[in-house]
Parts: sequence; C-alpha cells; structure tokens
Amino acid sequence: MDNPKNEITNEIVEYAARLARLSLSEKEVAVFKVQLGGILNYVSQLNEIDTSNTPPTSHAIPSLLNVFREDVPVKSLPREEALKNAPDESDGFFRVPRVI
Amino acid sequence: MVKVDSDMTDHTRYETVIGLEVHLQLNTRTKTFCGCSIKFGAEPNTQVCPVCLGLPGSLPVFNREVLNSGIKVALSLGCDIQKTMKFDRKNYYYPDLPKNYQISQYDQPLSGRGKIGIKLEDGTRKEIGITRVHIEEDAGKLLHSETDSYSLVDLNRTGTPLLEIVSEPDMRSPYEAYEYLVKLKQVLKYLDVSDCNMEEGSLRCDANISIRKRGAREFGKKVEIKNMNSFKAVREGLLFEEERQREELEEGRELTQETRLWDEDKRVTVSMRSKEASHDYRYFPEPDLVPFEISADLVDGIRRAMPEGPEEKKIRFAAEYGMGEKDIEVLTAEKDIADLFEGAAGLSGDRTGACNWVKGEVMMHLKERETDVKGLKLSPGNLAQVIKLAGEGKISNLVAKEVLRESIDTGRDPYSIVKDKGLEQVSNADALGEIVSKVIRENERSVSDFRKGKDAALGFLVGQVMKLSGGKANPKVAGELLRKALT
Repeated sequence: MDNPKNEITNEIVEYAARLARLSLSEKEVAVFKVQLGGILNYVSQLNEIDTSNTPPTSHAIPSLLNVFREDVPVKSLPREEALKNAPDESDGFFRVPRVI
Repeated sequence: MVKVDSDMTDHTRYETVIGLEVHLQLNTRTKTFCGCSIKFGAEPNTQVCPVCLGLPGSLPVFNREVLNSGIKVALSLGCDIQKTMKFDRKNYYYPDLPKNYQISQYDQPLSGRGKIGIKLEDGTRKEIGITRVHIEEDAGKLLHSETDSYSLVDLNRTGTPLLEIVSEPDMRSPYEAYEYLVKLKQVLKYLDVSDCNMEEGSLRCDANISIRKRGAREFGKKVEIKNMNSFKAVREGLLFEEERQREELEEGRELTQETRLWDEDKRVTVSMRSKEASHDYRYFPEPDLVPFEISADLVDGIRRAMPEGPEEKKIRFAAEYGMGEKDIEVLTAEKDIADLFEGAAGLSGDRTGACNWVKGEVMMHLKERETDVKGLKLSPGNLAQVIKLAGEGKISNLVAKEVLRESIDTGRDPYSIVKDKGLEQVSNADALGEIVSKVIRENERSVSDFRKGKDAALGFLVGQVMKLSGGKANPKVAGELLRKALT
C-alpha cells in the first residue's frame, strides 16, 4: 500500500492488522493510528539528513561481513523447555486452533 | 479460413508456458541459522532451540556449509554467483513459522542466471533458463486432525536449509517440465548436497502454468500449482491444468490468476480460495544477519573440488571407454552407479564384464529391491570379485548370479562365499563323468532325439548336468562330454 506522506489512516491500520491476523476493535484502530503515526513521524526526522552522497546499506556496520558458524550440531532445548511458554500443547506438539 | 481454424486441434491453437520453482532441502548436519540437528525422524519438537523457535533475544548465525552447498548447486547449473548477497525477512503469519517471518533472499540472492539442457521428444536439445538460486529456511510441519478443531505443530523442520531454484518460463509442455525436473534432479543428486527425494519432501516443486494463443506475445493469466508430491504428479497436474485452461478459453470464459492445489486422489487441481489473497510479504533486509561477500577464491576452490557432473561423465565415458550411447545412459544415470561401474572395472580389469554386470544384474537388483546403490551393500571390490570369478570360468554364470545375490544380501565377499560353499565350477572330465552317465541313463528320450539329429536335445541334457551338479558344472565341458559319449 503506497503511502508517500507517511500518513497513517484507519485503512492502513486495518490492512496491517489483517496481514498480521489480528482483529482490532474500532477503538483500538483509533489508538494504533495515533501511535503508529507518532512512530513514523519520529523516524521521518531521518529524511532531513542529506544522503545524496551516502551509498545505501542494509546494515549499521557495513564493514562487518561474512559472519559464519560451522556446521556442527549443538544440543537443542529439552522438549519441556521448548513447550513451556506455549498456551497449549498435546503429545509433544504445540497445539493451535485448526488452520485448514 | 474459419473452417480450417475450427478443425485445428487445441494443441496447435494454444501454446503452453511453464516455469518451475524447485525447493531443495540440503543435507547439512545442522539448521541454516542455529546448531540444531536436522536429522530426519526425531520426536516432535526435540530439535528446536531459541533461534528456530523465534524466542525474543535470540540471534541467527549463518551455517558456512549452506553457502558452500549453495555455491555447488549454482555452479552446476551454470549460474553467476553474486559477489555480495544478503538475507531478507519475508513476513507472513502461519503457525508453522514461529518467527512470523521466513529468512529468505529477495533482491540480492546467491546467484543470477544459469541454464540446464534437456532432451526433447524428437531427440533435439533445448536449454531451459534458470532465473536464480537463493537460500532460505524451511518452515515447520502441521498435522491436522480429522476430528477435533486443533492443528498440531512440530517445529523440528523449522530452519532447515533450503535452496530455491527458479526457472525461466521456458518450458512449452508438461513433457518438457518433466524432463527439466528429471535432469535437474540428476545434476543435483551428483553433487550429494541433498537426498533429492520428492516423496519424502527433500525436493519439492511448484509450477506456474499459463496458456496463450499461438503467436501471442503477452503471457496468459498464470496459475500456480502446489501440492504435487512426485514426478508423476507434476506431469499429471500440469496436463490436467493445461487442458482445463484450454477448455475455459474455448468456452469463452476468463481465467483468473490464482493458486491451485493438485488433488492426488481425484486427479484434479482445485482452486485454493485463500482468505488472504494479498501476497504482501513486506520484505525488508534481515537486520540480524550481516551481508556476505563471496570471494572468487572461495568459488574457484569449490569449483575445483566439485565432482564430475553427468554431462561431463558421459563425454568422458564415450572418449575413455568407447561405449555406446545406451550403455553410457544407464551407467551415468546416477553417480553411485557410475562409481560402482568404474570401481569394479578398475579392480577386475574387465571393463566389458563390469558394464554387463552393472547394467544387467545390478540394475535388476536395484529394481527388484526398489532401492539405490547405497541400499545394496555391494562394494566395487565385491562386484569385481564376481566379475573375475565368472570371467575366468572359476564359477558358472548361473552360480555367479547367486553369489552376487548373496553378496548383496549379506555384504560378504564373493571369494569367501564360493570357497565356503564349494561353488567352484567343475571342468574336470573325471569329476563330471559320473553325472554325465547318470543324465544319459535317465533321459532316454532326449538321448534318442539327439541321436536322430535333434541338436536342441543336447541343450536339455546339458541343463540336466547343470542341475545335478548344483550349477557348478562347466556347461562347455559338459556339452563336450555328452557329445563324445553319444556319438
């Protein structure tokens, strides 16, 4: 969804919520509209900097490259630990509302 | 003109356009961004850690071996390895993806274009373009119960390294798509970076297919087909979809761009009416992973260490062994078959024998046992022993086949099998004399047939000698002895 002016509308909040599979009440939409707008405004201060001579980068430290780990197995979490935070589980599986 | 047009078959009026996306699961020891094992068959959720569970505060670190395997694959497809690659987040929300994003590569993938050659029905070659090869991580597995209202999630597979190999829309029929897939699998299998098993999901294929009026420049509306879990399913799914699209157009209906699922039982594609139609993945650079510079040294090193590919092997076999095209096809179909042949040929010093044994008996055992060379327990050394024993006449061909079978079953070496069971071929006239006399006594009818000039009767009598000797008699000597005794 194009939004050149960084303006957060109700539609944008609802669209983002739909992508994230959240259902928001009208009241929540209004709250998030203000909050998200505030975040965008804050970040948009960066637009004031002249970057015409700065090459684009996807990371903060462009000189940091090629960080690898070797292909050596390490111990995984015990299953009880892995499932501990899950709202629901069954026979060692995470259990979620049916998705198909 | 109109009449001619209506008489033309659908096949000539429309042109099919197909592109394939293949996902290849790599056989590294650990996951793409964490040290969890990817060994198949573990209990659910026992190969997970904070990184692949997407727990807050965890950080991914890239597995060096995934890059090495990716470079091998890209090189084998003639792809340009990019000097710099980075990872991106592909955002979507589904329970098999605990982070709510998949780490993938968007605008700076591992490689650019390459190509692969296939053989068409008329024997000519055609090149299919590869658009790119990129690295990404696999999602978890969902189990849906038939009865209750839950889905169960196993995240062991989450984070398993995948390569996505995207083809150009260069294929013009389901046949070409099938050939492309077969060829691609052969090339990939040679590299030994994946099991390449479609039924087990280590090689997966989605297809994009559209049709257009022949001669049209624009592509038709594209349909993506998923859920084709075998080579056969890919061909059948595409044939069905090609026909369905033709019918829709013939009947004046519009096609819609959509995703359809291949239904293996009903043998049809079914529209997947997704509630969330928008493919808005909101890609952005993965901030937790730094970019990667791929040096020419690294690529050259891997290139030099790469095993010979199937096409190179075919050329070498033709030049080195002077074999016919048919033999070469069989012997180079898989790397393991080629290695078994070359190993056995070298160790036995009998190349013709090795070729015949591999394409005959060995292939028969592979088929009979529905397995691959690794599943046979047959070392090149053991095959070489069978070839030598048979070639030098120490055991009869019949016995040699049995010895091979036993060696495949048990992994024992043929020399010991022959020695322990006393299977050496008997060529000694004295030792065979008694059996020959017995056979003559007990087969009057054949004996008289032979004496009347029926040469075929001798073959039967030799067979009887072989039977009574437990397959050990030298058939040539037995034949000579019989002839001498009867004339």
